[in-house]
Amino acid sequence: MSIIEYRVEDGVAVLSWDQKDRSLNVVDAGALASLDEAIRRAVADDSVKGIILTSGKKGSFVAGGDLAQIEAIGAGPIDAEDLLKKTSAVLDQLRRMETCGKPIVAALNGLALGGGYEIALACHRRILVDSRSAKVGLPEAGMGLMPGAGGTVRLPRLVGLTTAIQLILEGKQLTPDEALKKGLVDEVVAEDDLLPAAKRWLASGAKATQPWDEKGYKVPGGGVDDAKGAQVVMGSVAMVHASTYGNFPHAKAILSAIYEGMKLPVDRAGKVETRYFLSLLQGPVARNMLRTLFFGVQNANKGVRRPKDVPVFEIAKLGVVGAGLMGGGLAFVAAKVGLDVVLLDRDQATADKGKQYAEERLKKDLARGRTTEDKVARTLARIHPTTRYEDLAGCDVVVEAVFENREVKADVTRKVDAVTSDRTLFGTNTSGLPITGLAEASTRPASFLGMHFFSPVERMPLVEVIRGKQTSDEALAKTYDFIKRIGKTPIVVNDSRSFYTSRVFGTYITEGAELLKEGVLPASIENCGKMSGMPMPPLALSDEVGLALMHHATEQAKKDLGDAYEANAMAELVELLVARLDRQGKRNGKGFYDYGEGGTKTLWPGIREHYPVSAKQPAPREIIDRLLFTQCLETARCIEAGVITSPEDCDVGAILGWGFAAYTGGPCSFMDTYGLPAFVAACDALAARVGKRFSPPQLLRDMARDGKTFHAATAARLAGKHARPGGPRPVAPESTLIAIKSTAPRRRTRMK
Amino acid sequence: MTECFIYDAVRTPRGRGRAKDGGLADATPLHLASTVLRALPERGRFDSAVIDDVLLGCVEPVGEQGAHIGRLAALASGYDERVPGFQINRFCASGLEAVNTGAAKIKAGDADLVVAGGVESMSRVPMGASGGAWATDPAIAFPTHFVPQGVSADLIATMQGFSRQDVDAFAVESQRRASLAWAEGRFAKSIVPVKDILGVTMLAKDELVREGTSLASLGKLEPAFKVMGESYGFDAVALQRYPAVERIDHVHHAGNSSGIVDGAATVLLGNRAAGDRLGLRPRARVVTSCSLGSEPCIMLTGPSFASKRALERAGMKTGDIDLFEINEAFASVVMLFAREMGAPLDRVNVNGGAIAMGHPLGATGAMILGIVLDELERTDKSTALVTLCVGAGMGTATIIERV
Repeated sequence: MSIIEYRVEDGVAVLSWDQKDRSLNVVDAGALASLDEAIRRAVADDSVKGIILTSGKKGSFVAGGDLAQIEAIGAGPIDAEDLLKKTSAVLDQLRRMETCGKPIVAALNGLALGGGYEIALACHRRILVDSRSAKVGLPEAGMGLMPGAGGTVRLPRLVGLTTAIQLILEGKQLTPDEALKKGLVDEVVAEDDLLPAAKRWLASGAKATQPWDEKGYKVPGGGVDDAKGAQVVMGSVAMVHASTYGNFPHAKAILSAIYEGMKLPVDRAGKVETRYFLSLLQGPVARNMLRTLFFGVQNANKGVRRPKDVPVFEIAKLGVVGAGLMGGGLAFVAAKVGLDVVLLDRDQATADKGKQYAEERLKKDLARGRTTEDKVARTLARIHPTTRYEDLAGCDVVVEAVFENREVKADVTRKVDAVTSDRTLFGTNTSGLPITGLAEASTRPASFLGMHFFSPVERMPLVEVIRGKQTSDEALAKTYDFIKRIGKTPIVVNDSRSFYTSRVFGTYITEGAELLKEGVLPASIENCGKMSGMPMPPLALSDEVGLALMHHATEQAKKDLGDAYEANAMAELVELLVARLDRQGKRNGKGFYDYGEGGTKTLWPGIREHYPVSAKQPAPREIIDRLLFTQCLETARCIEAGVITSPEDCDVGAILGWGFAAYTGGPCSFMDTYGLPAFVAACDALAARVGKRFSPPQLLRDMARDGKTFHAATAARLAGKHARPGGPRPVAPESTLIAIKSTAPRRRTRMK
Repeated sequence: MTECFIYDAVRTPRGRGRAKDGGLADATPLHLASTVLRALPERGRFDSAVIDDVLLGCVEPVGEQGAHIGRLAALASGYDERVPGFQINRFCASGLEAVNTGAAKIKAGDADLVVAGGVESMSRVPMGASGGAWATDPAIAFPTHFVPQGVSADLIATMQGFSRQDVDAFAVESQRRASLAWAEGRFAKSIVPVKDILGVTMLAKDELVREGTSLASLGKLEPAFKVMGESYGFDAVALQRYPAVERIDHVHHAGNSSGIVDGAATVLLGNRAAGDRLGLRPRARVVTSCSLGSEPCIMLTGPSFASKRALERAGMKTGDIDLFEINEAFASVVMLFAREMGAPLDRVNVNGGAIAMGHPLGATGAMILGIVLDELERTDKSTALVTLCVGAGMGTATIIERV
């Protein structure tokens, strides 16, 4: 059976796209062949005056390219010439479509994204249904990719450089209103009027010519040669460079494809786009981002590592103890997805305040038109603030989010235990207290585990699940079900101090302190921190977290660990700044920075008196390496110690949890791409120079020796022709693209 | 090797580069170039047919300056049709590069007499008119960290610790020196007034000089590159190249940067025999010259590198140079140059510079060579070093010595 169903009504050929084996249509070889055949048939049929391209799926047109196929291409050795031919064939097909001589209208009955929207762009008119789920756009940039079926060619020619560059770079998906306003669609109609509207257009003297094929066509707002257009491109190049630090080859590739292609005829411009698109598949960034941010997150959400033989845990009622920021946030998130929430705190006022958190956020959503009053009312009605533990009876899950103090947590655990049953799953929200110890207060340690949420809960997607010594498979499976129910992404780690995310994240902040202590210019530390791809540089982040808090944590660690405590630079710095100089961080306006009016901040020059600037400054590349390597090494140590077992979880947790440089795909992908032998050698060199914390764990040495990698796909790739000898850099800023284009083996990028 | 001598040097006055009121905006670049091309055979009383080549620098060689202004200007000025033309672009050093290239031909023995110089009508062919890939093609903008020149100049000031007060004080002094030089008629020898087709003078004096410029008057000007730097992301791009800098202090503005003007200049170069034949007295010899590349993001640090290499080639030291003439693209560029070279400011741009009188891009190099030669003669000094910072990170320098 054909993927595209063909029928003729009133002299109009209606092509209906429906891949029966999928819930959403995607652009793949079969669909394209079917589309080509249908168009040829319509063109050949003299009774057909016009063509409507629509979909047989309810509420969606075509969701995009087949990412699995793209990932498969990226995983093996790339035959650029062959791929160039294949992709060019797609572009040629779309070009044939728009020049076939008969008017084609894309009747978009919902989602039209990526390749789906690119096909719509090759039609002569786009009509979109007015529905909440309808979205159009080119979202490829979100995965480190770019449009590859003419999107960078047709969109700027349709809506002008400014709009197109912005939409493609941001990977923005537009609602029907926005799409109409920005010119991505020509008409927005009610759902039942879609085909009639398309037929009306065809009957009203529809033109079978694209604007760019008309004589005297000019790019709206000016092309790249036009003074105004050149300004737009210059500004975009600068903004992309400024905001991506050259770490995302796709952003640069998008600009290059547009810049080079705008002066060419549409078909030739498409070939330029193809070149850049394929260059992204050749490079490591898109592959790593796709693996972690798409497939990794998808696998975690699906629960591929969930214990299999436990039946799905049905959850209707959640108990949250502790109505602070975290508890209030969790209550909000859970109520939003339809759970009844008992929100408990010591006094009614505090519990009520926890509910207010949801009220305030919903009010904002309402003001922005993202929800309805009815929905707000229903969500809020599900949250029941209380002070009575008896109200927790009947809860399927109870999450405790009280102060990080063992005694307080133990007391809560006992009180919850008394009113709940064996069926109840108990999660303790902590960012670092060992779970097995906390579980001692429980009479049901098998159903007790850690659930490390991140603040603000409604925005942070990750939950780090900590399995205690006695936690059962059943409890773990139930936790997967609970996290899925509230729409979050889980990673699972084993019990140890600080678990995985807090432990590794801490090394980043500490390395910033180490650099400062060595006399590296604070501005260099901060600028290199930004250049490393971390969302915030280490000293600013320390201020943000709070130096006082960090001081408190070190004092606690000293107490807890006794002789096993190892001092580090950050401990020394916070001792100086907090205990002696009362610089507590952003909170009191003084930390590594001085905070001024209106959110301005400047690095505190006084630090030089305590840590003089060294005459010899390390190269920026070395600072960047240190900030990233330290996190990668700690990740490897966590794996070695069995704290975390799945490299995929490591990568997902790192990016979603503390914002580890996304272009790397996470620490394991980073080390794989760097090449373990080269990484071990680089770390050994650093260890000799700056300290033993850079000494690689035995696990890495063994893996390097045995030619192993964290991700299997990397191994396959390394076996292919893209194995790179001599310590290649996976994420060379700026030069990545150049390195790919040349056939020479990649050289280590040096930053002058 | 044959010696190359400078026999003459002329220039037009510099007119404000603005179509509505610039004194030379109604003179085409061809007319400006012709004015200084004609002046040389007229002043030297020789037939243009003896000239082996005409080399003209031009930075925006499009539109009226396009399709080869070197050859067209030679033809327009009535030179013998056998005299070829050659248009050169080394951005802001084009006029000096024309001289250096002409001198090289003579030293090599491939030419006896060459006219070298440059022309730029910034009012008629605006800056940026020739487009270019640097700012817009990611393939070059990313790896070189492209930022507009003014941001580079501000970065230099930040890294060197030059405050707004410092750069403004430099600009005030440039204006004072230029006013004094004009008042004393120090430029008279080489200025060729631009006349219209009726023979009526269009402009006879540099138009931009503002007598009485003070710290107070400059203090009112807003920094010119702050918005570009802070709102368009260019500061961030520069800091990725210079991460040791916390933030860029934007100190430059129209009053302490080179002015936008129209103008042209030529220099007559030749070997000893050619001068003898025409009965011309050599004024100076071209000792050596150098052009080199420097880091393109900070862009404007080239002059000291080029100058040091030129000195090295000549077997000379900073102390051997009597006068330094450096294009005042931005105050920080000159101040950095003086610091790097160890050149005292009372020997640098003694008659002011482009901050006061303007910088007609393609012509400036030849203009300031003539200016410093006049000054060597006026004060009976011997050696001078002429240099300019150049876009995309280059520097050009020339050393001359009176004979």
